Amino acid sequence: MSLTDTDEVAVAPPEVRASGNGANPETPPDSKIRADKVDFFYGSFQALKNINLDIPERRVTALIGPSGCGKSTFLRTINRMNELIDGTRLTGKITLDGQDLYDRRVDVVNLRKRVGMVFQKPNPFPMSIFDNIAYGPRIHGTKNRKALNEIVERTLHQAALWDEVKDQLKKSAFALSGGQQQRLCIARVLAVQPEVVLMDEPASALDPNSTFRIEQLIDELKTEYTIVIVTHNMQQAARISDFTGFFLRGEMKEFGATDKMFTNPDQKETEDYIRGRFG
Amino acid sequence: MTDRPLQGSVRPKPQKVVAEAAAATEPQPGPARPAVRRVGDTVYGGLTFAASLSIFAIILWIAWKLTEQSLPTIRAYGFRFVTGTEWDEVKGVFGVWPFIFGTLYSSFIALVLAVPISLGAAIFLSELAPRWIRTPVTFLIELLAAIPSVIYGLWGIFILLPFLREKVMQPILNSPLPNLPGVSGMFQGYGVGPSMLAAGVILAIMIIPFITAVSRDILRAIPRAQREASYGMGATQWETIQRVVVPYAKSGIIGAVILGLGRAFGETMAVTMVIGNQTPSNPFALFEPGYTMSSALANKFTEASPGLHTAALIEVGLVLFVVAILVNIVARVLVFYTAKDIQGGR
Amino acid sequence: MAVSTRTDLHLARRRTTNFVMLGFCVLASIVALVMLGLVLYFLASQGLKHISPRLFTRLPNNIDIKQGGIAHSIFGTLTLLGIASLISLPLGILGGIYQVEARGRFAFAVRFLTDVLNGIPSIVIGIFVYAAYVYPLSQRNPGSGFSGYAGGLALGIMMIPLVMRTTEEILRLVPFSLREASLGLGATRWRTMWSIVLPVARGGVITGIMLALARVAGETAPLLFTILGNEYFPTKQANVLGAKVTVPAMNTAIDALPLRIFNYAVGPNLEQHDIAWAAALILIAMILIFSIAARYATRGGVLEEH
Repeated sequence: MSLTDTDEVAVAPPEVRASGNGANPETPPDSKIRADKVDFFYGSFQALKNINLDIPERRVTALIGPSGCGKSTFLRTINRMNELIDGTRLTGKITLDGQDLYDRRVDVVNLRKRVGMVFQKPNPFPMSIFDNIAYGPRIHGTKNRKALNEIVERTLHQAALWDEVKDQLKKSAFALSGGQQQRLCIARVLAVQPEVVLMDEPASALDPNSTFRIEQLIDELKTEYTIVIVTHNMQQAARISDFTGFFLRGEMKEFGATDKMFTNPDQKETEDYIRGRFG
Repeated sequence: MTDRPLQGSVRPKPQKVVAEAAAATEPQPGPARPAVRRVGDTVYGGLTFAASLSIFAIILWIAWKLTEQSLPTIRAYGFRFVTGTEWDEVKGVFGVWPFIFGTLYSSFIALVLAVPISLGAAIFLSELAPRWIRTPVTFLIELLAAIPSVIYGLWGIFILLPFLREKVMQPILNSPLPNLPGVSGMFQGYGVGPSMLAAGVILAIMIIPFITAVSRDILRAIPRAQREASYGMGATQWETIQRVVVPYAKSGIIGAVILGLGRAFGETMAVTMVIGNQTPSNPFALFEPGYTMSSALANKFTEASPGLHTAALIEVGLVLFVVAILVNIVARVLVFYTAKDIQGGR
Repeated sequence: MAVSTRTDLHLARRRTTNFVMLGFCVLASIVALVMLGLVLYFLASQGLKHISPRLFTRLPNNIDIKQGGIAHSIFGTLTLLGIASLISLPLGILGGIYQVEARGRFAFAVRFLTDVLNGIPSIVIGIFVYAAYVYPLSQRNPGSGFSGYAGGLALGIMMIPLVMRTTEEILRLVPFSLREASLGLGATRWRTMWSIVLPVARGGVITGIMLALARVAGETAPLLFTILGNEYFPTKQANVLGAKVTVPAMNTAIDALPLRIFNYAVGPNLEQHDIAWAAALILIAMILIFSIAARYATRGGVLEEH
């Protein structure tokens, strides 16, 4: 697997590789996404209260907290998936590279191309493996068969799925196992070349082995992508993330480097949650 | 159909069967009244089984009686009954092809008008409409699906026919359109109202609520995750509908359309009331009166004399029966496989 | 983000397609609603203009049509629905129970054929009853055959698959754990069905019956071949405890609301057209009452259990 990954880096655009390799954990990374006084409502229910945070570029940021604390809701505000639900309302400001996402001039289609999303349950389309991955590039205007072939192969490599499926690209995506389906969904998102990948508990429906593969994958992807992951699993957050935000009852209680959060959190509630005292 | 009629848990009342409390679900031969118990379940099983057999019995009974009573014409004409192009009670000649063609033609007109409108409306209701529009419109559509055919016919006679005559037929007949080569047959006639076109339009109005409701249900059943995956990659709403939602629901929607077609084939009252019931000079004429199988039945039946004439009408019923069964089987199989696909995709 | 003119153009085209196609969907909905709205509008306005209490109490008056009513048609429709229920409810409910209890190919075939029978045009059912019942009788004894029994049989045959299907669907909603709880106590299958499942599902089953009634109440085509229609109450003299009494007769021609609407609508008489509109409104009201009763039954059934 490491071989294919090395190959992969070699074919990636040079500027991506340069900055990816140049990301130095010592220097504080740039902020990619910034939330400023974000409130969010489902009808009259306030799901998010005054969220302020900076999500650093080309790092993995984990959002943790008990069920219903608002972490998934917050994740969905970053590519405006929340707008698919009737009767929701957002106030405050979320910016991507300094640009307000909720500005009227922002095209939501363009935004979601830049900020891709992987969902809790694998949700492949009822098409072949190839067509699943080609879906995004096709709608965004890539028709050339050769270019599509390249994209499919590259992203399947990136998602560490190529070796398993290279001989059956025409087969239905439903024929894959749950873990493979989820990696296919990740490849599908990578195929539109996003800058940010949002992951909503991507491994919660998977077995431990598949979970391990997904975590490895996330670790490899962070050299090129800004990753925000929501997870229920404390160990997972500790293993894969560089920064962690702790959500509770719609508020963000604490945000900081993962090492510090898991060893020496500022807030008592954070500590209680991480130690498994509630949630 | 019903909004979760069984919500809330209803606890079983304690049964006075303490002795058998530990018994497994299978009836065990125990000391306490085993024979009585077995008889009860046997009777129960037998009764319910017999009742469900009634479905087989009815279908077979219908097939048998219709065949038996149309034997005279089956013997006299054989397959020429279906292909014969002349129906003349006076001469005693019975060929049913003009009626079959009329059924196909009026249903075709209905589908051409109804399918785009129904699918557009179904997509609107399932994908675009906010709740405050969706709920009342869905209710209205269900209400319209419940209106009896004879009432559509009543409306057709007094509202639709005058409208078509004044606003559609006369303007077209006065335009150069009927003189265009190739279409002249469609636009011949005087355009007084009762016509093949009117039959097609009233059929369309009747099957729109049906196709819309069924397609909407199918579209709603598609997992939300499918749409989210597409939106999450930056697809527009239409791209998501066209490339993900509709393909997913494709065979179910085709099934819905075929079921709508089945309704149009068998629809009697509304068509009888607006089609005019005359043999057209040109089978493709839109503005001339025509016949369908069911309108011919409803219309000619009252003056039918016993013997070959009655047998001929009953055989028309037999043809309708066979067509309805075929159409239904195809549609049900399609809907069934969609349902399976949708489950597979969860 | 690298922004080239090509992607801009492409995006603009996608946006336009999106706008046009979604616009078409909205337009299609508007067209459908306008057409259907026109149906409802004329039904309500024409019906309300001509409705009158006398329609419910009087028989048709062929000398002064305006003074006539359609009481016998309303009576006939209710009678036909009664006969249809007697035929269809036992078969439909028991058959529905069978489909829930049984598994395997036969149950699947029954379910499938129920749907198929549901899709057979009503006029075919009418011809069938004519061929199987009315025609043989009228051959033996001219003038007989057309009757309330024949019409009720036709409507009943249409109701069987409707009732069977809804009963099955409703019973399937009863949690299996409830059944297991009863069976686990050693109750027999029929006792479990009778004491546990059916009471829980009662409201739903009644809903199904009401919807089936609403569906067949407006059927006209099968009646053309089975009841003939008339202009008076069908009655006969019966001997009750020694006294001669007039009672409703089921074995003679009978009228029904939808048939009356049809006959008046296709006739040339303008005053009869007016009555047809009013009768249509009455028929719709009847169907609505069944539908509303269906909703009410569902609610009441569940509430009573608590």
